[in-house]
Amino acid sequence: MVSCVNLNVTRDKNHILHDLTLEIQRGVIMGLLGPSGSGKTTLMRSIAGLQVIESGQIRVLDLVAGSKALRHKIAYSTQSASVYSDLTCIENIRYFASLYDHNEKTPEQILEDVDLSNNAKQMAESLSGGERARLALATTLVGAPELLILDEPTVGLDPVLRVQLWRLFNKLAEQGKTLLVSSHVMEEAENCHDLILLRNGRVLAQGTPSALRARTGKSRMDDVFINLIEEA
Amino acid sequence: MSIKRLMAMTKRVLLQLKHDPRTLALLFVSPALLMTILKYVYSSNPQLFQRVAGSMLGVFPMLVMFLITSVATLRERTSGTLERLMISPLGKSEFIGGYAIAFGLTSMVQATAVSTYAIWVLKLKIAGPQVTLIYAAILDALIGLAIGLAVSTFANTEFQAIQFMPAILLPQLLLSGLLIPRSAMPRILDDISNLLPLSYAIDATKRVITNQGSIVADSLTIAVFLVVLLAAGSLTLKRQTK
Ligand SMILES: Nc1ncnc2c1ncn2[C@@H]1O[C@H](COP(=O)(O)OP(=O)(O)OP(=O)(O)O)[C@@H](O)[C@H]1O
Ligand SMILES: [Mg+2]
Repeated sequence: MVSCVNLNVTRDKNHILHDLTLEIQRGVIMGLLGPSGSGKTTLMRSIAGLQVIESGQIRVLDLVAGSKALRHKIAYSTQSASVYSDLTCIENIRYFASLYDHNEKTPEQILEDVDLSNNAKQMAESLSGGERARLALATTLVGAPELLILDEPTVGLDPVLRVQLWRLFNKLAEQGKTLLVSSHVMEEAENCHDLILLRNGRVLAQGTPSALRARTGKSRMDDVFINLIEEA
Repeated sequence: MSIKRLMAMTKRVLLQLKHDPRTLALLFVSPALLMTILKYVYSSNPQLFQRVAGSMLGVFPMLVMFLITSVATLRERTSGTLERLMISPLGKSEFIGGYAIAFGLTSMVQATAVSTYAIWVLKLKIAGPQVTLIYAAILDALIGLAIGLAVSTFANTEFQAIQFMPAILLPQLLLSGLLIPRSAMPRILDDISNLLPLSYAIDATKRVITNQGSIVADSLTIAVFLVVLLAAGSLTLKRQTK
């Protein structure tokens, strides 16, 4: 689905991603974990085709990242909830949906998915932080994306909502979609099928949660991560 | 270019305006207010009012669209929505076209309302047809829009965007023949003014007011400026950034 080979990214003379090589299979939820500043957002922007890269190769669905043909197939929600504050929730979704040739779901269904049906006519400006984050997530469900790149979609949400969203992510993966989900909360790793641990722009480890646990002999993901850092 | 996406883009920009009644009110009230002030400032010299107020009908739409466009596109950049759009199928020409149609329509309504007010209430005399005046005002508005779009790339904040008005627009305004006829300026300034889009916008408006000569040539010159400025604006919309 996605493959990066020897990816290097430099921003403002800062070398941010170092020789990154990784592979993401179709239909999985790939967790991208790492401390703040480790390069998660930069990697996601690179895969989305929004980032100028220094060297290396990124292929998405057998096309070079950023190809025009991918625009109907990739969805990306940025870390800062990017929605129009001066439109209502439903208007935001309708607008983004109208940019795609084919939509799998109606705007109403999409709001239902993120539990915002009751806020449909509310201006985005007046949404709470968590509601706004869910609206931004909802804008990635328009069209018929095959790859969803979600930058910290569950930050600032309460446990009930988090569980609900992870259920939605699982449902999307069952439908054959691929999800790349970043987080700096290690416990979220439990919910992912596969994990990439990033540190200082390098891949510290890649594997399933259970494989990483077995490798380190730790049970809590926090400890797994610390153990892997010490090992490196 | 997809008509469906172009219309979706237009509709969204108009919806945003609709949700902002204060801006809408200012769009109509402030030009009308300024015209009224002009009327009384020149009460001892009605001739001068005729000349200045007429040209102002072309200046308002341009100033307003410049400001609205540069702030609106800057907001798209800083809020991340532009990035969201850049990975969607929306084309750059559809993005710019949507803004141009939406704001073009807005300036048409604005020009109609303000010129009607000036003609009926302030007794401004226009020798040419009012429709042509409104047409010229839309051209002026589109020039403002295109310049606003092009400069918005060079601004990182809304503060900076607004500063481009005195930096880029006011010099053009001073040289546009609004103060004195361009031919009466020193030769060098006249030559410079020939290279500035605003000069033709003001010329076109003046011609309608005095009904002297056709505005076809001005329209074509403005169209060329528009194409160049909008193309420059679209080049500055980058799908990939560093
Ligand atoms: N435009 C930029 N110019 C220079 N350096 C940048 C730029 N953007 C990000 N960086 C640096 O690149 C590094 C990685 O940033 P990135 O946003 O990818 O981290 P992240 O893992 O997403 O962090 P967080 O969890 O806080 O969102 C950081 O050290 C950051 O300071
Ligand atoms: Mg980040």
